[in-house]
Order: sequence, then C-alpha cells, then structure tokens
Amino acid sequence: MADISFTLNGKGVKLSIDGSRPLLWVLRTDLGLTGAKFGCGQSLCGACTVIVDNKAVRSCVYPVRQVDGKEVLTIEGLAKDGKLHPLQEAFTKHDALQCGFCTPGMILNAYALLLRNPQPTDTEIADALQGNVCRCGAHVRIVKAVKTAAEEMKGGKK
Amino acid sequence: MDRKEYNDLDFTDITVDPNLTRRDLLKLLGGGIIILFWSGDDFLLAAQRGREYPEDFNAYLRIAENGRITCFSGKIEMGQGVITSLAQMLAEELDVALDSVDMVMGDTDLCPWDMGTFGSMSTRFFGPAVRAAGAKARTVLIELAAEQLKVPAEKLTTKNGVVFDKEQTDKKVSYAELAKGKAIVRTAKEQPSLKKPSDFSVMGKSFLRTDAKEKVTGAAKYSGDIRLDGMLYAAILRPPAHDAKLKNADTSPAEKIDGVKVVRDGDLVAVLHKNPDIAHRALDEIKAEFDVPEAKIDDKTIFDHLLKNAGKGNPVSQAGDISKGVELAEITVEQKYLNDYVAHAALETHTALAQVEGNKATVWASTQTPFRLKDQVAEAIGLQAENVRIFTPFVGGGFGGKSAGQQAVEAARLSKLSGKPVQVAWTRQEEFFYDTFRPAAVVKIKSATDKAGKIVLWDYEVYFAGQRGAQHFYDIPHHRTVALGGSGFGDGPSAHPFATGAWRAPGNNTNTFARESQIDIMASQAGMDPVEFRLKNLKDERMIRVLKAVAEKFGWKPAKSPSGRGLGVACGTDSGTYVAHIAQVDVDKNSGAVKVRRVVCAQEMGIVVNPEGATIQIEGCITMGLGYALTEGIRFKGGRILDANFDTYELPRFSWVPQIETVLVKADDVSPQGGGEPAIICMGAVIANAIHDATGARLLQLPMTAQRIREAMAAKPTATT
Repeated sequence: MADISFTLNGKGVKLSIDGSRPLLWVLRTDLGLTGAKFGCGQSLCGACTVIVDNKAVRSCVYPVRQVDGKEVLTIEGLAKDGKLHPLQEAFTKHDALQCGFCTPGMILNAYALLLRNPQPTDTEIADALQGNVCRCGAHVRIVKAVKTAAEEMKGGKK
Repeated sequence: MDRKEYNDLDFTDITVDPNLTRRDLLKLLGGGIIILFWSGDDFLLAAQRGREYPEDFNAYLRIAENGRITCFSGKIEMGQGVITSLAQMLAEELDVALDSVDMVMGDTDLCPWDMGTFGSMSTRFFGPAVRAAGAKARTVLIELAAEQLKVPAEKLTTKNGVVFDKEQTDKKVSYAELAKGKAIVRTAKEQPSLKKPSDFSVMGKSFLRTDAKEKVTGAAKYSGDIRLDGMLYAAILRPPAHDAKLKNADTSPAEKIDGVKVVRDGDLVAVLHKNPDIAHRALDEIKAEFDVPEAKIDDKTIFDHLLKNAGKGNPVSQAGDISKGVELAEITVEQKYLNDYVAHAALETHTALAQVEGNKATVWASTQTPFRLKDQVAEAIGLQAENVRIFTPFVGGGFGGKSAGQQAVEAARLSKLSGKPVQVAWTRQEEFFYDTFRPAAVVKIKSATDKAGKIVLWDYEVYFAGQRGAQHFYDIPHHRTVALGGSGFGDGPSAHPFATGAWRAPGNNTNTFARESQIDIMASQAGMDPVEFRLKNLKDERMIRVLKAVAEKFGWKPAKSPSGRGLGVACGTDSGTYVAHIAQVDVDKNSGAVKVRRVVCAQEMGIVVNPEGATIQIEGCITMGLGYALTEGIRFKGGRILDANFDTYELPRFSWVPQIETVLVKADDVSPQGGGEPAIICMGAVIANAIHDATGARLLQLPMTAQRIREAMAAKPTATT
C-alpha cells in the first residue's frame, strides 16, 4: 500500500492504495469517475485516455502510483463552470460521435495534441489520433471537430 | 431484413408479460394522455399474437401534465441515432419542438415488448407507427381543446405544443394545460393521415444528436458505468478453446487475496472483488486444466469444410432456363468467392450488472435485444419473466453482436450465487472468444455475356451467408440463385467451430462482394466500362438512378478495366435502400498495401428523416467497411481463436480514412427505408474492383490483406473459360 496524493480535475485527492493498480480502475471504481472507458486493457484502443500533467496517457496500463504529485484531468473535468470546452462543443456540432464510447478518450487525446500543437493539419490530427479506435466510423467528423476546436481556441480562447 | 428473413428468427422462446394492462400503465406513468400504438409491421403483429400477447400495442407515448412528450419503446440506442430520428418523427406529427420529446428505450418494465434493434428496422417499421401515434395524439389534443375552447375541432390547428383557433389565434390552449388532471388512454388503430413531405418542419431537416452532450462530457451512462452499493466485479475462468472441458481448477491461491470471493457453479468459476482489476489479478492465480479437443479445422481449411457441410439448398429466385443461358453464352466466367470470419469488435465489450434479490432480478445490460434477454435471465436463474427487469443504458456499439446475452446471464447467475450485485464486463480477449462472428462463407457463380455484352446467364450459389443481398437486380433472362447452409445469421447446421451471428447487413457484405466482383470481371472481359456495363444490364430504375448519381458525383470517365487508374464501382440493395459506390485506390506493387484515396456513395433510401443522421451512417459504413475489406479476418485453429486484441486484429484507423463524399438521391414518393447498414455492403467489391483496375489482379477472398494482394498480383490474370 502506498500513500498517493494528486490533483484530480482541479481538486486534491489522497489515496492509500496498492500503487500498482491501473489508474483506469481507480478512477472508475474507487473514485466513481466512469467517463474513461475500458476498451482493450492493453493500450491498443485509447478509450481509457486521460491527461496527466498535460500529456495523454493510457490509464488502463498506467499504475496509479505514477500520478503521485501530478495533475490528472478526466473528461468530467474538461467543461468549466458548466461551459463545454471547445473540443466538446466541436464534437457536438460536427456530430463527431455515434455510440460515444470512444469519445472521452478521443477528446482528451485531441486535447493533449492541441496543447503541443495548437494549429494541427488534418494529417497531424489523424497521426495523433491513430491509436484511438472508433468502431462506428466517425473518423472524418472527429478530424473536422478537432480542427474547428483548434480554430476556436486560437489566441488563447479556451 | 425482408419479411421472409424474419421467419428465420426464432420467436418460440419469447414470452410476454401478460399483466401489463392499461390501468397498470396509467398507474406506472402517473396520468396524462397516453397513446398506445403498434410497431407498424403486420408480420410482427402476427408474431406477437402467436404469443398470446393480450394487448394491442407495443409502444406508447405520453403527454405529461407538464407538456413533455415521452415515447416508450423497446428499441435501444447504440450509436445509430434512432434516439434522435424517432423523436424527430414524433415531434413532426405532434407539432412540438424536438427538445420537448424524451425517449425511454429498452426498459422492459416501462416499454412494451419489442423483438430487438437490428436489421435497419427502427425507422422503416417502427417509424411509421411513431408518426401515426403522433398524429393520433394530435387528434386527441384537438378534440380536448375543442371542448375546452368551445370551438369546433375543424377550426383548430396546432403549432409548437399549442392548439389554437385558426381564425382567432388568441383562442388557444397548450398541450400541458390539456393534459393536466387527465388520465386518458387511446389506441392509434386506424391509419391517421400523416403529414406530406412538403409540409415537414422537423422531419427531413438535419438535427444534431440529442445524446451528444452527455456523450462528450462523460455523463452518458453505459452498462459498465452503473454503480450499486456493495456491488462486486467478476472475473470468470475461461477455457483456452471452444468445446474445451474443465478438468480441475485450484482456486486456493486466488482466495488468499484480500477481499476475493470465489464462486463456483458447475463449469462457471468466477472471482468476485470490489475492484475489477483485483478480481482479474486473482483470476490469474487460479491453476486450471482443460481437456482441449484436437483441432480439426482452421482458417484455411474452413471453406472446404463449409462446402461439405452445407446440406440442401433453398432456391431464392429463378427465371428462364439455365441451359438456354449456357447456349447463348459468348464469354463465360466461373468463379468462387470467399470471406473469413469477422468480429463485431464494438468498443464497449459485452457488459452487464445484475442484482438478484429474492424472486426479483434487475439487470443493466449492453444488449440489442432486452426482451429476449429478460427471458434468458429468468430461465437461467429460475425466475418468472415478469420478475426480471432489464434496463438498457447507452450501448457502446452493437453491429449485430449484442443480440446474444451471455454476459447478462453470467452476471445474474453470479449475483444469485453471491447475494450481491455483480458486474460482468468482458475483457477484449473474452469479447474475441465469445463473439458471434460474421460467418465465413463461400459464393460460387457461373455467369455469361452474349456478343453484345448482355448478361444471359447467372447461376449463383451462396454458402453460409444466406439470402440477404443474394438476389441480383440485373436484367438477366436465365438465372438461378440458391442459398445453402443457413441464413447468414449463423443459424445453419453446426458447421462453424464457434458461434456466429448477424453482423451489420448480415450476409449482404458477402453476397455483394461476390456479385459485384463477378459483374466487374464480365465487364472487363467484354471490354466494356464497368459503369456502362452495369447500366446496359439494368432495368431497375432506382438502381440506375443511384449508379448515375454516383458516377456524376465522382466525375467518372469511362474506360475498360484494368485502366491503371485504380477506380472501382459497385452497387447493391439492402433494407429497402439502394446504394452505389465508386472508390479510388493506390496499390503498392511491392508490398501489396492498399490506400483507399476516395469513396463516393450515392444512396436512395426513400424519404430521408434526418439527412445529417443518414450521412453519418453512410460515412460510418464506409469507414467500418474498410476493415472487413482489407484486414479483418479471424484466425483460428480448431476452437482456439488466435486474434485476441486489436494488435493482430486490425480495425480501420484514422490514417486509413479516404476522402468520403455522399449523395442522398431524393425519392419522397418512397417511404423511409433503412439507413444503418446499406452503405457498408459494397465496400468489399468496390475496393476489389479498384484493386483490379489498378493492378490487373483479381482478389477473390475477403479480407484483401497485403499478402493476398501480393499473391493475386503474382497469379494474374484471372481464370476464365
């Protein structure tokens, strides 16, 4: 058992926990945040993607001990004061989802992309999202949504 | 799915709760105005009567005292968008805003019986009924308003949830006011007159998904997201191969882990824990031995095995005289087409949470068939069906794969055994193991053209993919189509080494791949452009229109294939809808790798309820279809499934996606037809034909992996007689 403290969606969290457990299940069961999804369990589909210190990680294979002292952002923490993030707005506006199961991971991976590359090309978006599986085939709309969000966020609007 | 194919579905296990009466309904719903209605399909009606269904409705809508409209339906939402399109139809006929309509779906206590959500039937069959119910509700509201306003009904009309006097518009009353204090139940029996497409204000317009906000914020609840006090997560011991038998299992190492509970009931051995990851860790500690039967067939030998076990065929269609066709033949093409087993691979694995308390069970499940599941669960744990309630939260993709209910039965059994609520969420490995795969199949075709390039002979045998899409639509004087070995839903003789079932447009992907490849071979051998060849051999006006539409949108320039341009065409019908595709591909001549550059699709689906929704479904079909065309095929040895995750089973990814363009061909004289499946059926053939056009190599087996393409390039040209 290890004592771990970190920031989760802006709030401090302290856990006394087996540090080898995957972050995904700690979020989904211990902390009750079910937005991150289980898809493959082997870092092959991206449904479990969350943000740790501004980088996208695959929480299904990410030991919880590694978030100690860090900032974790999940899909539940992306909208601020009831206002959707531009990515969430754009996914809605472009109908960039069907069953919605891949959507939280897709949005958060795109979020990390826009942090490191605020104005990506279509190819850069596709490259960045290559590891995220969408079985319904919403790909073309997802790329458009990320592009739109990038436009919206230009000049620090966020 | 056509009516004939309904007959292939098994209704015999369906029991319907006979206790749901109109009075119960009113109690359940707490008043307002309730309209009961039928799903609209006579065949279903007959099927239900056969089960002694006591009532004369299988869906209803309520206008509550606050004016909100709720539609209760046994259909479910799995991404296909019916939560939006059904609400749109209701809003249209009822003259209310779309956002005042709520859909309650797949709750077996609140919603009347429904067969399930598949076959692109929601819009086609359920849609007209929803519209009729809306129209009926509007009539009832006008009657009530006439009494209240003391104005004759014919002078009243409705708009935006208000009934008003056409001549004196300040004489008005809202639906909410009319519903207040009422407890009215009416049945929409007769066919009320529906709005004409020219009068639509909600239907035919594009609306964004009503469930989008929940889905982008993480608030949307899927079965795995439901939490109950004291619930446990299960990890279940699985055999290494189908038909393997458990010899012994030493569970003691797992039991040493804190908080672990091992449950055993015959062959069902499971580890329960309050955290799923720890349950799985404990499962790994169990030492088990299985008797594994000798592997007799694998993914290479399966096709011969299927041909041997196909049994007698069922004629699908026939005309003219095959021997006359043979006499008229100038160029004859004889070919055999194969496709591998394909996984559904919905991103959400099969998941269920069950709570069994005394003689009652409540189950939250990712399912396309909640009512069938209710019966399965009741039977498995020895309860009366009316004591089982299934909730269907959002389903994370189905594609036909969530019609089987094994995971929910497992959850219910484990809940009963442990006395706790239990969640079963399959791992990806379990998902690949227990999937009801799209069946491997074979199509044999002998066909011929005469000197003028007219098709004179078509002799078609489909094995294990069934009738859907098997019947050709070309103008051929002498033809015969026979289906052998099951319906394409996987219910044929037990020739398959594991479970098979319906997969998006069941059977039609196989049939359209074979037919449209064969047509292309004939066009090429007749020295004709493949679009012109098709048009020359078609009389079906709807097909001619979509073919012309797709050629125009693409900017098609006629040429004989192979032209080196990498262009392919294919067309087909599914669920009452007509589609035609043109694709452009690049083929790497060394590696055999294919890059699909552009796909254009023209679709004619009758009245289009939600053009945006329809376009999304087309895009989804094209993107998903790239997978079964190029990479998706299950490798196996006997009962062992060799693909267990997305590392070896490759799904379409962002870099694969071509430029996609769609045309919705207007046909307001045709009632709305299916939209969730048709555009996927051409993907095998259109890419195969484009690969041939690029390289001269003819691919006869799906998926067209780089290796198969290399082999085909080495073996060209194709055999003819």
